[in-house]
Amino acid sequence: MELLVQLILLPPLLVAAFNGMMGLFAPGYRTNEWLIGGLATAAVALPFVVTVSIFLGFHHEPEIVRYFTWMAAGDLTVDFAYRIDQLSLIMTLIVTGVGALIHLYSIGYMKGDPGYWRFFAYLNLFIFAMLNLVLAENLPVLFLGWEGVGLCSYLLIGFWYTDLKNSAAANKAFIVNRIGDFAFLLAMFILFQAVTGFFDGPFGLDFTTLLSADTLGALGNGTLLAVALLFFIGATGKSAQIPLFVWLPDAMAGPTPVSALIHAATMVTSGLYLLARLSPMILLAPTAMVVIAIVGALTAIMAATIAITQNDIKRVLAYSTVSQLGYMFLAAGVGAFFVAIFHVMTHAFFKACLFLGSGSVIHAMHDVEHELEHKGLVPGHGGEHRDEHAAPPRYADLPYEGGFDAQDMRTMGGLRKYMPITAITFGIATIAIAGIPPLAGFFSKDEILFKAFEYGYNGHPYAYFVWIIGIVTAILTAIYMTRAYLLTFEGRERWPDAMDTKPHESPWTMWVPLAVLAFFSVIGGFFGLPAVLGESWIHHWLGSEYGGPVAEPLHELHVSHSLEWGLLIFGALWAALGVFYAWTQWGRRGLEADASLKRRLGFLYGIFSTKYKVDEFYDATVVKPIVEGSRRGLAPFDQNWVDGTVNGVATLVRGIAGRLRGIQTGVVQNYALAVVLGVAVVIALMIFV
Amino acid sequence: MDVLASIPNLVSLVIFLPAVGALVALFMPSDGAVRWTALATTVVTFLLSLGLYTGFDPAMSTAVAPQLMEKLPWFPSVDITYFVGVDGLNLLLTLLTTLLGPIIVLSSWTYIGKQVKGYYSLMLLLQTGVLGVFLSFDLFLFYIFFEITLIPMYFIIGIWGGENRIYAAVKFVLYTLVGSLLMLVGILWLGFEAGDAVNAGVFTTDWYKLVSFGVPLGAQGWLFFLFLLAFAIKVPLFPFHTWLPDAHVQAPTGGSVVLAGVLLKMGTYGLLRFTIPFFPNAAEQWAPVMAVLAVIGIIYGALVAFAQTDAKKLIAYSSVSHLGFVVLGLFALDTVAVQGALIQMVNHGLSTGALFLLIGMLYERTHTRKMADYGGIAKTVPVLTFFMMLTVFASAGLPGLNGFVGEFLILLGSWRSDAFSTIWVILGTTGVILAAVYLLWMVYRTFFGEVTNEANLTMKDLNGREIGLLIPLAVFMVWLGMGPAPFLDKSEDAVQAILDTARTKAAATEAAAPGEMVAVPLEWPDRVAVSD
Repeated sequence: MELLVQLILLPPLLVAAFNGMMGLFAPGYRTNEWLIGGLATAAVALPFVVTVSIFLGFHHEPEIVRYFTWMAAGDLTVDFAYRIDQLSLIMTLIVTGVGALIHLYSIGYMKGDPGYWRFFAYLNLFIFAMLNLVLAENLPVLFLGWEGVGLCSYLLIGFWYTDLKNSAAANKAFIVNRIGDFAFLLAMFILFQAVTGFFDGPFGLDFTTLLSADTLGALGNGTLLAVALLFFIGATGKSAQIPLFVWLPDAMAGPTPVSALIHAATMVTSGLYLLARLSPMILLAPTAMVVIAIVGALTAIMAATIAITQNDIKRVLAYSTVSQLGYMFLAAGVGAFFVAIFHVMTHAFFKACLFLGSGSVIHAMHDVEHELEHKGLVPGHGGEHRDEHAAPPRYADLPYEGGFDAQDMRTMGGLRKYMPITAITFGIATIAIAGIPPLAGFFSKDEILFKAFEYGYNGHPYAYFVWIIGIVTAILTAIYMTRAYLLTFEGRERWPDAMDTKPHESPWTMWVPLAVLAFFSVIGGFFGLPAVLGESWIHHWLGSEYGGPVAEPLHELHVSHSLEWGLLIFGALWAALGVFYAWTQWGRRGLEADASLKRRLGFLYGIFSTKYKVDEFYDATVVKPIVEGSRRGLAPFDQNWVDGTVNGVATLVRGIAGRLRGIQTGVVQNYALAVVLGVAVVIALMIFV
Repeated sequence: MDVLASIPNLVSLVIFLPAVGALVALFMPSDGAVRWTALATTVVTFLLSLGLYTGFDPAMSTAVAPQLMEKLPWFPSVDITYFVGVDGLNLLLTLLTTLLGPIIVLSSWTYIGKQVKGYYSLMLLLQTGVLGVFLSFDLFLFYIFFEITLIPMYFIIGIWGGENRIYAAVKFVLYTLVGSLLMLVGILWLGFEAGDAVNAGVFTTDWYKLVSFGVPLGAQGWLFFLFLLAFAIKVPLFPFHTWLPDAHVQAPTGGSVVLAGVLLKMGTYGLLRFTIPFFPNAAEQWAPVMAVLAVIGIIYGALVAFAQTDAKKLIAYSSVSHLGFVVLGLFALDTVAVQGALIQMVNHGLSTGALFLLIGMLYERTHTRKMADYGGIAKTVPVLTFFMMLTVFASAGLPGLNGFVGEFLILLGSWRSDAFSTIWVILGTTGVILAAVYLLWMVYRTFFGEVTNEANLTMKDLNGREIGLLIPLAVFMVWLGMGPAPFLDKSEDAVQAILDTARTKAAATEAAAPGEMVAVPLEWPDRVAVSD
């Protein structure tokens, strides 16, 4: 197993280092795009194959692999140790499987970019960090991966650094995540203190010790609550929940494959992974569970309402991701950790498919943009070639103010004709996320709602509350995703000069991953069938009821089969209703449906479309005070008062010295007298003190 | 490697070889020969110092002497000796000093244009001073070396510094001198009293004897402050830090590197070596106050760093913030935290040293330190940008790089410690967020966006010499980040011994009748086999 785990962890690290160093120090290497991309893709595909082989031979016996000691001081000993169990295997399969597809896709998507080598080095480094996160056997190594993925996220959001907006988004992502990491650190400190308080010997915050019955029994309720809440705050950073979700929509500044891999399928789900990994501990903190469920539910509905009003295709998907992550936290908060992981999996399929599809669309729309530039219909990007004094280019009829934007759905429409594979795969993923049976999203979402209902049924009233919010969100999801599909692929062609300028389908490296992901968006749900339909594989695989690592609450009351059937059918109906409603609106009336929605919602629409002004709120209450306080308060204070005092003392001493200069009489006897007196004082001090 | 360790008088050789090199450099005919002499001296010193590492066995410590010990009578009538050696506390700091030696020489290769001979001689002399500080086991000897370091640094800032160099140099010397002169008074008192108690009435400055002497509670009250102020100014601890930004901004690159890299560590090292074990009751009593000052330093330093427009000043204030972590860890009086503090001293030397080198390389190209004069240079100098990003993340405490290990151990140990309230640890941990804020903000303003200053379009990327001098630092940032365990192991016992002895001695002093002498020899922990 040691070798196998090395075969999983090392290829992405080594290839990242190779591509990075070669690209940096040997600029000639940078043009070997197929070599760079091929190596990088292979470095993720190989771990996938290895993981599949471990997975197939796995018999429910967790294995721990230790390499070398990372940190040791006093009674702390942290090893580079990794855990192969049901949970880490399923996460590794998602990370390497979806990861390999997205690497393949990027070969085509990033073609010709001057930073091609950098891109793949970062992407591989990301995979390495993410694998550390999901395979770690102790919290510090998990944290290494946790911050490592944050680093890669930062590097990739700010990938096109010549635009400061991108770098600003990258900074925002890293710093907001650091706020979550702060809580993560505190949780580790508390656990270390608590456990070393009752166990002797070296301790490294390892899961084996932490999640043992002895430890869990010895931890006090206050400790458990604090730790659960702090880990959850950490998770709200990485997984973009209220109050720390603000970085994720901005993170769309990165290249689209990054949005698919990091900001949809893998990194943002690590908060859920953390809670699932620690589920035996979290379950013992019922108050924290309430907080997790309610924050998740509120995030889900809030982001869904924003998504309906967005026009940038990637922003719709970004808010959709925030909303779906909220769904997963909702599940965790009602004790359905394994269902949360199930949704992590299905979401990875359909959301990666949607993001890659949007990338394919943006790729095509960029070609349209270039052609329009060529014809002089829109201004070019590059400032250097533009003649300042030339007449402004004549804008063709854009349906909104400002210039042409390749990501704005309002300039799309009718794309299905030109890029059928993208359209079909995007369409499949859309109805998958909308929850139309029997696609993947239907089963995972319905299971979350069912578990919420069941938890409420077992005497946790808050679960009913989040269940209702979950249903509303499900309807909203069906609506905004159908809207996005319709505005992009159906209806009138709305880009300027649509008569002559035609977009085209993407190359095979891009559409093959789309097709594979669409396929799994169709069948992915069968891994977690509801109880009335058969056996849930994922429940058997992960659930503690069957000896798995993911804890489950004990339910005394069982929901009757007929009721479960009813909920299932209603779940399908709500989704269908949402899709149908969206079809009657945007399918028939295109952009006009947006206008009428705006009229109907009134001031609410303003709140949704301005994203509840959360960014503005943070800016006024946190960012501004710190920035202005440092600049106008502390820096001058340091200069004038702290340093001023030092200089003041110096001046004072010089003044006194000037007076005392009179003492320097030059008469030796006087000096001798002074020396004698001084010695007398010293002797006196030594005798009496 | 054992060949190195068997060289006789190895410790003295390491200490004084740079001084010999300084002397030789004075007789060199050309600037080029001076540079090569300096480089050869520092490289050989570094190689010899590796012998200290290989020759040091943490399992062989004793209660009366360091390893590779050399002890010669100096003032026999008062038991002041030339007493040097290696133990867990000074080993890594010594290696850090010798490692930075050649790097500083190389970084000044083209930067220093005038009076080359003087510059390199002083730099080498400074290295002898710093090595002497770390390797002395006689308090008087330590004090001599401590003061010796002031002179070369004064001239390095005063002659090769920026426009306001004289002000900065004088401030540096006077401020430090005020602290250390007060400490001298303390040394004299301590030498007499310890002489009476543990040295048959003979004045002594032998560290092992002093550390075994339980200073009466009343005297600890004021001696602690004499031994604190000197080091607090050196660290520098808030509110004694304002000489640092001036000194850094004015100093030439090499001066800044040696200042941040090792001179500041003399302060934190002094706290650990002398202040805490000599006056354990006072240290326990005042630990909450020290924690508050350390945490103010962490947060205040970070916020003021954030407000700077001068890149060098920003890094200078970041040192105030980072060393706040070290002081917090030291006064936690917990093995994990103190181990973290010790490794963090090394980490800070590596990453802040590298930051000053990189800023210096930019300055050499453009002659400006204002961040506003840069912007977008990632495109023109990708290699420099790579090293900068690596260093920035090391400095910001990203796990996998060195800074994290120190901060994590410090905070983890401090949280558990009952020396002070956990509220200070919570506040201190916010420094992790703030470090990301000011460092990423610096990178954002300097490296990203479009190139705004046309002059920067033709900026040259790093040359072979510059890459070569950064690589060792980069390697150690990763090495100490991923595999710090063997390094931590070297100091584990010494830290444990210091803390255990301090604790025992504090209890004994507490319980002692008035006038009763307390003597507690250094207790070494039983070494348990370390599992790999």
